[in-house]
Amino acid sequence: MVELKVKTEMDVDRNLCNYCGACVGMCPTDAIWLDETVIKIHEEKCIECGFCIVGCPTGAINAEWFHGNL
Amino acid sequence: METYDVLVIGGGPGGSTAARYAAKYGLRTLMIEKRPEIGSPVRCGEGLSKGILNEADIKPDKSFIANEVKGARIYGPSEKRPIILQSEKAGNEVGFVLERDKFDKHLAALAAKAGADVWVKSPALGVIKEDGKVAGAKIRHENNVVEVRAKMVIAADGFESEFGRWAGLKSVILARNDIISALQYRMINIDVDPDYTDFYLGSIAPGGYIWVFPKGEGMANVGIGSSINFIHNRLELKNYLDRFIENHPGLKKGQDIQLVTGGVSVSKVKMPITMPGLMLVGDAARLIDPITGGGIANAIVSGMYAAQVSKEAIESNDYSPQMMGKYEKLVKDRFERKHLRNWVAKEKLAQLSDETLDKLVDIVSEQVLTTISVEAILKAIAEKYPEVVKELEDLI
Repeated sequence: MVELKVKTEMDVDRNLCNYCGACVGMCPTDAIWLDETVIKIHEEKCIECGFCIVGCPTGAINAEWFHGNL
Repeated sequence: METYDVLVIGGGPGGSTAARYAAKYGLRTLMIEKRPEIGSPVRCGEGLSKGILNEADIKPDKSFIANEVKGARIYGPSEKRPIILQSEKAGNEVGFVLERDKFDKHLAALAAKAGADVWVKSPALGVIKEDGKVAGAKIRHENNVVEVRAKMVIAADGFESEFGRWAGLKSVILARNDIISALQYRMINIDVDPDYTDFYLGSIAPGGYIWVFPKGEGMANVGIGSSINFIHNRLELKNYLDRFIENHPGLKKGQDIQLVTGGVSVSKVKMPITMPGLMLVGDAARLIDPITGGGIANAIVSGMYAAQVSKEAIESNDYSPQMMGKYEKLVKDRFERKHLRNWVAKEKLAQLSDETLDKLVDIVSEQVLTTISVEAILKAIAEKYPEVVKELEDLI
């Protein structure tokens, strides 16, 4: 029997990111931080709530959804 | 290791004001800013009411005031007759469009002139705590990690508000309706009335509004703030603003020369904002007005309060919850009732249809208001549509 799992991988498009820090303030789990001009996402802390994706003013954050055997 | 009386994290208006007043009180003060340049990049619509400059003893200066407006106009979705807030009736509620980067630098300079040390390109990396009291921060400064000990830490690190979280304060906003995502273009070669700041309500900016703040002839900040409760897809916010510009020929013909983005919290006053040895000010303390989204004035006021309580705490060597509670009381007394009223009003406005919003704007625009403020507008609505503001009865 194949176990199906779902995993997301958060992705920041550096061409779109304005380094404003909006996602940092939106993240309820402290999973995102702004290291000077680079957004970083701590994948173990991320709960995939999507606040950062819809709240990013420039649409720079996206999630790749993977379905299947992992 | 460095030792100070007061360490201020963040060089925005709240931080600079706290540092300036702390230094004025004779406290050895350090203000750190993580970016290499204070005030830049700008993350603000740049509107400021006039009253705060007097209160905080800041002399208006052409160097940081791009434009002084005669009033504000609030348009309903049909954009017919707006509510006009003339400055002679709105008093301090209407005011300046700033050069925000220069304004922030000016405030930082006032702090430095008062005696505060300022370190730029110096991000806080962590909290130093001793026996449950915040006692300083680890800071990256000139390629070294420096431990700065302080009797009091004032965190003015804006919407991101990381320092308070690191220390253990639950300052994160969890409700999507209390978070605004904002995007703004600095536009040139446009048709704009330099005498009025304009606000556009309705489904063009769900759970928020679009603004046009003139910075002089042919130039304005054109921006949108929308609750993330109403945003479902990436780039949806940008699409709302681009569509608005597309539908306004006076704007469509222009070019944008700057992109400003950021998050804005629009919650009720959220406590606690202190723990022994630590106070949050301004946006970090979620003190932004829930209905206007204005945060500069409240940041400055809370910075003054934080410096005042720092002085008292340091002089008496008392960092107990009771002492820290004095800062929270000052903040509550000043902001709590107004924020609660404006938060309820924001929630109501976000639910209204374009048709109802048009009716409300129409009614208020007909009335002659002796004073103009959010409170006065709500009172005017209550006369004709009491059901719309029923939940605000006790607050207006």
